[in-house]
Amino acid sequence: MKQPQTSRRSFLALAALTPFAAMTATACGTSGPGTSSAGGGASMWYLSGEPNETTMQKAVDTFTSANPDNKIEVTYFQNDAYKTKIKTAIGAGQAPTIIYGWGGGTLKTYAEAGQVDDLTSWFDENPDLKKKFFPASFGAATVNGKIYALPNQYVAPIVLFYNKELFEKAGVQPPKTWDDVMSLVKTFNDMGVAPFSLGGQSRWTSMMWLEYLLDRIGGPAVFTAIFEGKANAWLDPAVVETGAKIQELVSAEGFIKGFSSITADSNADQALLFTGKAAMMLHGSWTYGAMKKNGQNFVQDGKLGFAQFPTVPGGKGDPKNGVGNPAQYMSISSKATDTEKETAKKFFKEGILTETVIDTYINSGSVPIVNGIEDKLNTSPDKDFLNFAYDLAKNAPSFQQSWDQALSPTAAEALLNNIDQLFLKSITPQQFAENMNGTLGK
Amino acid sequence: MSNAVSTARRTAAPAKTGGGHSGQRNAGLAWLTLPALFFFLVFAVVPLAGVLILSFSSWDGIGAIGAAGMSNWFSVLADPGLYNALGLTFLIMIASWLVQTPISLLLGVFTAGSQRYRAALAVLYFLPLLLSSAAVAIAFKALLDPNFGLATGLGLPFLAQDWLGVPHLALGLVVFVIAWQFVPFHTLIYQGGVRQIPKSLYEAAEIDGAGTIKQFFHITLPQLKYTIITSSTLMVVGSLTYFDLIFVLTGGGPGNSTRILALDMYLRGFRANLMGPASVIAVILVLIGLALALFLQRLGGKDKQGSQLEGM
Repeated sequence: MKQPQTSRRSFLALAALTPFAAMTATACGTSGPGTSSAGGGASMWYLSGEPNETTMQKAVDTFTSANPDNKIEVTYFQNDAYKTKIKTAIGAGQAPTIIYGWGGGTLKTYAEAGQVDDLTSWFDENPDLKKKFFPASFGAATVNGKIYALPNQYVAPIVLFYNKELFEKAGVQPPKTWDDVMSLVKTFNDMGVAPFSLGGQSRWTSMMWLEYLLDRIGGPAVFTAIFEGKANAWLDPAVVETGAKIQELVSAEGFIKGFSSITADSNADQALLFTGKAAMMLHGSWTYGAMKKNGQNFVQDGKLGFAQFPTVPGGKGDPKNGVGNPAQYMSISSKATDTEKETAKKFFKEGILTETVIDTYINSGSVPIVNGIEDKLNTSPDKDFLNFAYDLAKNAPSFQQSWDQALSPTAAEALLNNIDQLFLKSITPQQFAENMNGTLGK
Repeated sequence: MSNAVSTARRTAAPAKTGGGHSGQRNAGLAWLTLPALFFFLVFAVVPLAGVLILSFSSWDGIGAIGAAGMSNWFSVLADPGLYNALGLTFLIMIASWLVQTPISLLLGVFTAGSQRYRAALAVLYFLPLLLSSAAVAIAFKALLDPNFGLATGLGLPFLAQDWLGVPHLALGLVVFVIAWQFVPFHTLIYQGGVRQIPKSLYEAAEIDGAGTIKQFFHITLPQLKYTIITSSTLMVVGSLTYFDLIFVLTGGGPGNSTRILALDMYLRGFRANLMGPASVIAVILVLIGLALALFLQRLGGKDKQGSQLEGM
C-alpha cells in the first residue's frame, strides 16, 4: 500500500510543477530577438545573401567599435521569409528597432498604424544627411507628405542581362524590340539553350516582366492610375496586351523548362545564366554583384552583357524608362525605447553609407544612392555596368517602383498569385485584368 | 479534443453520484485534472475563441481591430478559392490514405518478423521520421530541380520532369513526399499491432492448412482492425494540418494547384494581411477536423468494448 502512495505523491508534485516550468519556458520564448537588448543597443533585421550581408556586418562592426555604448545587433533572414516575418513581428509588437524594407505600400500600412516613427523633423535637423541622397529616393519613403524612412543602400533597376558567349556563338545581337525577342527565342531554342532564365516560384521575378511590358506598351500612366486606385484602372487595354505578350512568350517556350519551380532565393536563376544553360535573364541589378561573387569569373571575364528592356511596336512607353527599387529603406519602430531610437538614429547618421560602405557597394557592382559618386563610378573596374545602372536610374523619364512594394500588401499578394496563374496560362489575360480590378482600393 | 472532454466527463460522473469509499477517493483526486484542464483552456479554448472573434472582425495584423459583422464569412464563402482549397485538401487526404495504408500495413507485417535482417531494414525504414518536414521539403526540392537536380546529375532523362512546375505532377509529388515522410510512422504502429497477435492463431491456421496469404487475410487483417482505425484517424486528421512541407516545397503553386486549406489560411492571413478571412478558414478547418474525428470514432463500431482476443 505504501509503495504506490509515494509514487503517486511524487507524480502529483511533478504534475503541479509542470505548468510553472512550462510558463517560465514560454515567458522566455516571448521576449524574442526583436525587443530589448541590454546596454542601449538597437536591434535590426536584415537580408542574408552576399555581398550585402558582409557589407552590412562590416558597417555595423565599424560603428560599434567607434561607439562602444551603442550596440547594434543584426539578425539575417532570407528575402521571401523576411517579408512575412517582419509583418508578423510588427503586428505582435515584437519588431526590431530598425525596420528594413522597400518603402511604398507596405511602409504606408506601418505608418498609418502608427508602428514607425515620423522622421521628417529629424531630417530637417540634419539637412546635410537629406542632401546626401538622390532626391528621387525619398518618394517611396514618404507617406502623406511625411518621411517615415531613411533611404539607403543602392538603386536597383531591373536589367536585361545576357550571356555574351552564347550570343556570339549564335551570331545575334541583344533584342531591341519585342519582335527581336521572339526571334531570339527561336534561335536559342534551336541551339538547345533556354532563351530566358526565370525563378518563377518567387513570383515577384515574373512580375518584373509585367512591369516593363506594361510600361513599354501603355506608358507609365497606366500603373500610376492603378496605384492611385482609379476606377477600372486594371481594365486598361494595355494590361490585357501585356498579359497576352507574356503568354505568347510562355507558349513559345521563352522561359527555361521548370521555371515555375525555381526560387530566386536559391540563386538557381542566376546560375542558369552564368553556366550557359540560359541566354538571357531579366533581373534586379543586385544580381550583378552576386554573379560576380558566385559566377566563377563569368563577370570578371566580361561575359555578362546588359541592355535596356526592348520596345514594343506601337507602344507608348519611352525606351529609357526604368522599373525597380529606387532605394532600400530603414524605419524606426515606434515601440522601441528612447535609447534604442537614439542609437538607431546615430547609426543612420554615422554608420550607414559611410565612405567605406559606399566603396564596398561600388566594388560589388551597385550604385549607392549618394550624390557626387560619378568619379568613383568611372574609376571602378565595373564602370560600364555602374554607369549603365546609374543612367537607368537617374536619367530615366520615369522610374517605376516595384509593384509588389508600391501596392498594399493585400493587393500585392493577389497580384503575385494572379501573375503566377498568368504564366501558367491557367487564366487568360482578360481574366487577369478582371481579377486584379477587383483588388483596387484594397 | 472530444477525447479530453469525454474522459473528463467519465471521471467526474462517479465522483458526483457514487457514495462510499471509492466515491470519496475519486472526489479527492478530481483536482488532478487541473493541469490538463489548464493547458486545454489556455492552449485550445482561448485561441479558438480568439479566432472565432477575429472571423467577425477586420484586421490587417498591424493596425487596430475593427468589427466586420458577417462580411468576412460572406466573402470567403463566395470565393471560388475556398472550394478549390477544400477540394485539394480532401484529394490529398484520400490519396495519402490510399497510398500510405497498404504500404505501411505490408511493411509493418514484414518488420514484425523476428529475423535479424528485418530488424536492420526496420531501422532504415524508420529514418525519414527523424527528419523535420522543412528539411525533407528542401532536400526533395533540390533533388527534383529540373536543371541542377538528380536527373541531370545521374543522367536519367525519365526523371527530368518539371515535377514541381506542372500542376498535376506537383500534386502527385506532394502526396509522394508526404507518404515518404509518414509511412515509417504508420509502419511502426502496424508493427506493434502485428506483434500483439497471438502466435497460437497462426499455428492453428497452419494445422488447418492455411497458407501465408490466407493467414494474412483471415487472421492478420481482422486482428488489426483497431490498429487500422487508429492509423487512419491519424492520417486523415493529420492531413488537414499539412502545411510546412507543402509551404516549403511548392508554396501552394504552381498557380493554386497545391494550395490546401491550411496553406490558404496562412497565405491570406500573413501574406495578404487579411486576418479576418483567414480566421474564417481556421474555423472551417476546426469544424471539419471535429466532424472527421467523430466519424472515425463511430467507425470503430458498436462492439467497441469487445475484445478481439475473446476465448484465448
